[in-house]
Amino acid sequence: MIELLIMLIKTTVVFAIVLTHVAYTTYAERKLIGRAQARMGPMEVGPHGLLQPIADFIKIFFKEDIVPINAERFIFQIAPLIVLIFTMINLTVIPFSSNFILADLNVGLLFILASASVSVYGIILAGWSSNSKYSFLGGLRSASQVLSYEIALGLSLAGVVLAAGSLNLRDIVIAQHNTALGIYAIPQIIGFVVFVIAAFAETNRAPFDLPEAETELVAGYLTEYSAFRYALFFLAEYVAMYIMAFLCALCFLGGWTIPKFITDILPFLDKVPGIIWFAIKVYAFIFLYIWVRATLPRYRFDQLLNIGWKVLIPAGLVNLIIIAFLKRLSL
Amino acid sequence: MGQLEIEKISDTTFVLQMGPHHPATHGVLKLWCEFEGERVINIKPDVGYLHRGVEKLSESKTYPGAMTLTDRLDYISSMTNNIGYCLTVERLMGIEPPRRAKFIRTIVSEMTRLSSHLLWLATHALDIGAMTVFLYAFREREQILQFFEKICGARLTVSYPRIGGVRVDIEKNVLDEIDKFMDEMLRRVDEYETLLTENRIWLSRTKGVGQITAEEAVSLGLTGPALRGSGVYYDIRKLMPYDAYPEVEFEVPLGENGDTYDRYLCRIREMRQSALIVKQCIEKMPEGEVLSEKSPDIDIPHQGKRKIEAGDSLWSGFIAFSQEKHDLMPKGEIYSAIEAPKGELGFYIVSDGSGRPYRMRVRAPSFIHISAIPKLCEGHLLADVIAIIGTLDIVMGEADR
Repeated sequence: MIELLIMLIKTTVVFAIVLTHVAYTTYAERKLIGRAQARMGPMEVGPHGLLQPIADFIKIFFKEDIVPINAERFIFQIAPLIVLIFTMINLTVIPFSSNFILADLNVGLLFILASASVSVYGIILAGWSSNSKYSFLGGLRSASQVLSYEIALGLSLAGVVLAAGSLNLRDIVIAQHNTALGIYAIPQIIGFVVFVIAAFAETNRAPFDLPEAETELVAGYLTEYSAFRYALFFLAEYVAMYIMAFLCALCFLGGWTIPKFITDILPFLDKVPGIIWFAIKVYAFIFLYIWVRATLPRYRFDQLLNIGWKVLIPAGLVNLIIIAFLKRLSL
Repeated sequence: MGQLEIEKISDTTFVLQMGPHHPATHGVLKLWCEFEGERVINIKPDVGYLHRGVEKLSESKTYPGAMTLTDRLDYISSMTNNIGYCLTVERLMGIEPPRRAKFIRTIVSEMTRLSSHLLWLATHALDIGAMTVFLYAFREREQILQFFEKICGARLTVSYPRIGGVRVDIEKNVLDEIDKFMDEMLRRVDEYETLLTENRIWLSRTKGVGQITAEEAVSLGLTGPALRGSGVYYDIRKLMPYDAYPEVEFEVPLGENGDTYDRYLCRIREMRQSALIVKQCIEKMPEGEVLSEKSPDIDIPHQGKRKIEAGDSLWSGFIAFSQEKHDLMPKGEIYSAIEAPKGELGFYIVSDGSGRPYRMRVRAPSFIHISAIPKLCEGHLLADVIAIIGTLDIVMGEADR
């Protein structure tokens, strides 16, 4: 009974923290992009616009929930929930520090990849059930995009799994900490680059934000959505960004640890709680997301698929072979 | 409009009506598109959503009065529209504006070219997904509009030139400020280029997209940067010079491949040339009157005859021509064109001697460029259609008139 209670509290804490982060990521994004574009970003609500996310939330919560008359009503309504649930569920297997993890699955990495695939169903269904051509095109784009890039993502993570010898995210971090360099990003630099690019595509972010390319498809699969269902998609997108940032930190940047050679030189860094290192790595990745969005134009659909199949997948395979050899030689 | 509809040719395709309120159709352009997956099978532009009858309206306006209508043609470069119209009427009446007015007109029309190209760059880049360039370009455009405000009091619909000159003189300190701004503008253009010109994504989105050969471009009637991108040397400022263009030195940038990227480069280089032209004009600026002696007499009731003077409101011009006389203007017809930012902007006026044009016809570059969309989009994807609309630099106010 007490175990269950502790579990519930832990879950609430994790979800509350992540959702607050999501809210303030939208704020940070608007501020940072504003700065990149020589303007101020939100300034009106609260000091420096700090209460903007809350104002946005209140506003969108009280909007009318419109379902288009020709839409497939039931599917239209549950599609955002599918996306959100199968994105949020990933939070359960993320180790935030050495002893804080909701569910210590021994196939944690596989679980994340699997539920990411399921969440695509929500987007496809949203696009199809809206009964709008723009939504439909957006849904189709999303389906083929996520399908192609999931392979690249899987291949880049396969190198990590091979090197660590485990699918458990905690074991991956510990195995990483025991290597000389302390992070997998350096020996697996190809895999790391493939992962970062695939992560951008997997979360439908610029320069691969084709499913919601506003100048082509109006808003893609989101076109017919309004009010809180629209917000749910956004929430899912930002949670997915965080999941990718978590994965990047855990699998390539050493999670909550810092490389041993650094602590050998500066021993006091060992005293810093692991969660802080983890947060720094995650924030850096989120910053990259925002920075790229402010800078780069958007790829075309066929170019996106070309990059996925002709560049990233071969590169991921090369990475896998290299890691296999390295592993064989060191054993 | 019924005839424009597209019938589906097979079950594997679908028809999409893009616009008239689509984020990337630059106003109210509507495209009937037939796609197979994302590939364009058939595309038909449908214009007329912004028709206000400018040509017909001008038949009931006096010559000076019709000029305010030309503001609303290509509403982001109203200076050049005014100048094109005034030039046509001047040529019809045989008036020559004073030298200083010619230089002022050249300055404002090149500033208009800058502001128009900045708006094009902003929206074109935004269409392709680079959203930061948008705000950078708008920052500079705002400064140009503020200069317009200092020169004539209006930002967009300026009505600054007059038949036989310009309305008011530009003050010395404003000219100095413009000169200083043009130095900054040259640096800013470099800044835009760092974001786009060598960007791999930008290259892959624009190279080979909407390619058109020189012959095809000429036969479709493309003008301006859209034609020069295909390597055709056609610039009215050079070939049929007007205002102060014979007295300044500038290059006409030409492209080679006639694709979206070459048109992009052409316009970017044109922006540099425009800034240099403005600087030259300010340097060579002569002193003197800004309105011709021969500019039409006006007849104000209760005040008798007097000349249109610099600083007069447009209203005074109305009165002169509103008299039902038939010896105010030479009879005949005239076509004259200028190099507007978007291409050849021509005015064809038939005069029956009265104070109002008997017929006015506007040769608007945007309208003719829209007719090239189906040709340029052949075999391309949905995303390219957006890039092609952007690269043609269409303003619907001018196309629908």
